[in-house]
Amino acid sequence: MEKEIHKRKMNLNRRHFFGAAAAGIGSIALGSLLIPDLFGKTSGSQIIDIETSGLTHFAPKAKRVIYMFQNGAPSQLESFDYKPLLRKMAGEDLPASIRMGQRLTGMTSQQDRFPLVGSYFDFKQYGQSGTFVSELFPNIAKITDEICVIKSMHTEAINHDPALTFMQTGAQVGNRPSMGAWMSYGLGSENQDLPAFSVLLSRGRGNGQGVYSKLWTNGFLDSTHQGVLFSSGEDPILYINDPKGMDKAARRRMLDKLSELNHMGYDDNGDPEVLAKIQQYELAYRMQTSVPELTDLSKEPDSIIRLYGPDCLKPGTFAANALLARKLSEAGVRFVQLYHQGWDQHDDLPNEMPLQAEDTDRASAALVMDLKQRGLLDETLVIWGGEFGRTNYCQGNFTEKNYGRDHHPRAYSIWMAGGGVKPGIVYGETDEFGYNIIKDPVHVNDFHATILHLMGIDHERLIYKHLGRRYRLTDVAGKVVRGIMA
Amino acid sequence: MKLSPYIKITLMVSGLFMAILFYSTSCHHQLTSTVASEGMIDYNFHIRPILSDRCFKCHGPDAQNREAGLRLDNAESAYAELPETPDAFAIIPRDLKGSEVYQRIVSTDTSLMMPPPESRLSLTQREKDLISRWIAQGAEYKRHWAFIKPQKTTLPLPDDPWPYNPIDHYTLARMEEYGLHPNPEATKEALLKRWYLDIIGLPPSIEAQEAFIEDTSPDAYEKVVDRLLDDRHYGEKMAIGWLDLARYADSHGYQDDGLRTMWPWRDWVIHAFNENYPYDKFLTWQLAGDLLPDANKETLLATGFNRNHKITQEGGVIDEEYRIEYVTDRTNTFGKGILALTFECAKCHDHKYDPISQKDYYRTFTFFNQVPERGIYGTIDASFADPPNMEITQEDITSILNFVNKKDSTKLEVMVMQDSSSFRPTYVLKRGVYDAKSIPVSFGLPESIMPYDTSRYAPNRLGLVQWLLDPNHPLTARVYVNRVWQQIFGRGIVKTTGDFGMQGELPTHPHLLDWLAVDFIEHGWDIKRLIKQIVLSSTYRQSAQIRKDQLATDPDNIYLSRSTRVRLSAEVVRDLILYSSGLLNEEVGGQSVKPYQPNGIWAAATSGRGLLMSYIQDHRENLYRRGLYTFIKRTVPPPSMLIFDGSNRDQCEVERIRTNTPLQALVMMNDPTVLEAARVLSERLTEQHLDNTIEIAFRKILARLPHPKELLTLQSYYQSELQSYNDNEVDACDLLSIGEYPDNIGVNTIEKAALMKCILLMYNMEETIVKI
Repeated sequence: MEKEIHKRKMNLNRRHFFGAAAAGIGSIALGSLLIPDLFGKTSGSQIIDIETSGLTHFAPKAKRVIYMFQNGAPSQLESFDYKPLLRKMAGEDLPASIRMGQRLTGMTSQQDRFPLVGSYFDFKQYGQSGTFVSELFPNIAKITDEICVIKSMHTEAINHDPALTFMQTGAQVGNRPSMGAWMSYGLGSENQDLPAFSVLLSRGRGNGQGVYSKLWTNGFLDSTHQGVLFSSGEDPILYINDPKGMDKAARRRMLDKLSELNHMGYDDNGDPEVLAKIQQYELAYRMQTSVPELTDLSKEPDSIIRLYGPDCLKPGTFAANALLARKLSEAGVRFVQLYHQGWDQHDDLPNEMPLQAEDTDRASAALVMDLKQRGLLDETLVIWGGEFGRTNYCQGNFTEKNYGRDHHPRAYSIWMAGGGVKPGIVYGETDEFGYNIIKDPVHVNDFHATILHLMGIDHERLIYKHLGRRYRLTDVAGKVVRGIMA
Repeated sequence: MKLSPYIKITLMVSGLFMAILFYSTSCHHQLTSTVASEGMIDYNFHIRPILSDRCFKCHGPDAQNREAGLRLDNAESAYAELPETPDAFAIIPRDLKGSEVYQRIVSTDTSLMMPPPESRLSLTQREKDLISRWIAQGAEYKRHWAFIKPQKTTLPLPDDPWPYNPIDHYTLARMEEYGLHPNPEATKEALLKRWYLDIIGLPPSIEAQEAFIEDTSPDAYEKVVDRLLDDRHYGEKMAIGWLDLARYADSHGYQDDGLRTMWPWRDWVIHAFNENYPYDKFLTWQLAGDLLPDANKETLLATGFNRNHKITQEGGVIDEEYRIEYVTDRTNTFGKGILALTFECAKCHDHKYDPISQKDYYRTFTFFNQVPERGIYGTIDASFADPPNMEITQEDITSILNFVNKKDSTKLEVMVMQDSSSFRPTYVLKRGVYDAKSIPVSFGLPESIMPYDTSRYAPNRLGLVQWLLDPNHPLTARVYVNRVWQQIFGRGIVKTTGDFGMQGELPTHPHLLDWLAVDFIEHGWDIKRLIKQIVLSSTYRQSAQIRKDQLATDPDNIYLSRSTRVRLSAEVVRDLILYSSGLLNEEVGGQSVKPYQPNGIWAAATSGRGLLMSYIQDHRENLYRRGLYTFIKRTVPPPSMLIFDGSNRDQCEVERIRTNTPLQALVMMNDPTVLEAARVLSERLTEQHLDNTIEIAFRKILARLPHPKELLTLQSYYQSELQSYNDNEVDACDLLSIGEYPDNIGVNTIEKAALMKCILLMYNMEETIVKI
């Protein structure tokens, strides 16, 4: 009987968090347990249906993702997309031949002019790759040979909420699962004591736009795949700390009695769900030890503190989250999602953007180098970027020294590193106005298809049927961008 | 197998619901029978699920994306000469060799085989056999079951003693088909807990338990059920599911997510259930209360249903883009919530599976597109109730809207529906894009469900309601009774409560579903009557004990040969804890409240604007309101609710997933709400100096007497904790300091702390938050 229940649970109960713990070896974790073997193989790709087996479709390049989302949309024109022409033509109107009637947000649609504005900050080329980076990002500039800058991202949304939702869930509206939830569903967790999908929030000093839990939602997938928010407060995970007056030994005594009582219940009602419940309590107990240990940054060696910068010891900063992301990822968390708010520079860009850059530049570069020195970069995909770009013309009052930029969905820059991405390259190009893409466009759906591919998943086959329709992260589109693959 | 002669005849004759014997539901293959293997193949139950899932995407109702001009979803097209291959036919009834469909599905040539390899879809051998036999038998097409008007059938097993009411005749017949037998009746304790939790969402008090056990009168059961249906908490319990469907929340959603004041509409929902407004009236007022000839402030308040969608406050959005988004949300909510059809699939193209064309979508859209509204009204603090809205005056509170629990005299406005004086032209939007207008459309609904007769129905939402409530409507009643069934049994007769279309699951008890639907209409859409009927049935009253043979043959309890142990919803978990501890504030309705919540989670996610930037926790009695009154900020919903699978109210939902996770264990162990409840109950019991405090707490929390072994375990735990505190009273004080509820510090500290732990242990027992 026990065996039968066990078997049934393996087959059916995907709704238990960290299925492996709930049923010995559950189907959720099956894929991740087998991935190490797949890594060993170099010969041809193995096609297995992920819907039924939980296995990857072909040998993955990356095992884990760390996505440093720059929320609010950092300007590509002051970071990675160098456009000297804009300085030369500063104050002149954006030619209609370039704009081609592209729609505007409600914030600039009333403007009677669209004066071009060049970057207030200087650009230089760095590394053997010769990648252009602005002076705002001196540390990222040092790692250009490790990263791949994509200058040709484009999206369909023109406002923050739909654009962010699109980047995270593959659809502008609707309650669809987030990318991390898809990964959790498709690949499971590598660490049975930690959630497969973890979320970290930080806030910069620039104009912010907020984040919302639907960005890390499980959508129609089981809520076991929901992103688990790690907070900077006393409780690294909500409700994880025992109350004062309940020490570890007391908690253990309680759980032992609880298990006794629940077993009595099971003897009476025969419901296998009771056994699963007992396991969930044991797992919760293990998390109570493993999570605080992992999130305690105070014991990090000096070399690490120097690498990420002193901010990494201040809970809730981007630097602290970057370091925590590395630790979570190293411990086997499949998908670590960071959000750093404050990149929405509609005005006062020359003053606000340096603060944002200062908060993120050093730790972003440190994370890449830290993974590298640990030999983890090859199997960890790092992503850095926002939800759309910013206009090449000024929003509001234009002066040489101060200006703002509105939302621009037609072209923006992000960068990726590790995890099977070709290092030291720049992919895609925009025109000399930085307005339209002229080479190798990468749509949001393509971006998702590529990430899934690097994780060993065919984006057309990671499917979940809900209310009669087969859903994918890439919906009905998406092409894998081969050009950025190592 | 025992089948009455009547059943055999019905099965053979009607054909329509010729058992699901052969059809197996998604994760469930044990329950197949060989009965149908020699019989007739039924299009609705055997063939359409296969064709719909594997073929209709390219050969179905969607004209834009149809391959080779072939459609297989109706007989006329399937029997016709193939448009691209003269002299060939997709299906020739009774001629397998001549039927291209057969040739293609059995072909091993990758350039010919169907479905094509690149579709990543395939047919199993059994499915191929079924299709072949169906063609050989004549390839008879039938309308989709859900679009045929329901009718009552003669009750099966008329002489069996087990059935209490008609429901049981149908469930027993199904059980017998699969060799299952009903469980014996549950204990009186279990039944009482079940009724209380199902009807009012609170556990029975010890007094209620004792009174019921002692009551041996023949109508003891009925008396309890009647009393609970009359209880004011009934409306609260019923409201929970409707609030999910109506995507009710206390904030506007989208990134700024400012405050809105729709809670008076929520109070109306509770009132409507408590007053037992029939479902037809309940729907009419919500969908068209503003258009009624005798409209008043109450009927107008009810229309807030269609304004519960999210509203953006993000500077710089394009007004029309969002206005269209709101109309879309209303249309989709109507489709999913009221009709159980996936309307949203037809926004950008014809529906790929169901007969809902893109034009149908925008004809339905027209009803909801007449509101004089804008996509954005300004910044976050501009309005808690965007126009059109209605003011609720102090006078209303004392008269027509006396169910609105408003205590202060501040101005209160709620959003309501209104139609513009002139018709707003409505167009099919290409690819669903807000400004890509194509052909103009007018009011209408999908013909395939039921024609929209403009000579009978008004050209506005009132007409929509008339159509919906027409006695011939195939869906309205079925969809509602199915959702009530799901609410009680944890699973609908149609499992996909939001999809009665081709891709939805088939009903497990089709005759029962139809009987319930027709009976519901015949008795004036009386919701309380429907619930009473269900909860007094023998089916409902079975014990939940799982026998090994049931686990082997019907692990998901599809055929109801036992009661399903269902974990309580997020709100009711909270209510049970507060009620059993004596802390619950039983006030009904009113402004939503902000109980304990972990620090900083609103502040971490805010855009930095508006009244909801940071969480300002309530105090005193507002800490102990029922779960459904907890403030829902859409972008950061209450975490303990989400962890127990509560809805984020982003859009219409008709079903909650039920998970079992370690995060739930953490909430039950460490949420201050649970800890405080354990403390307060412990203090109250300790101060009474009784010798059976553990037993009393157990009965309050688990609604039954403990078994001797359980009591021993709890007592030994209590003793061990007493001892552990003997040399550490500080810990005991610390534990007792949790929560804002005042305590009597310094008295019996050690006893209180030990009993508190014991109570906490009981709250964490698996059975506590499960219907037994």
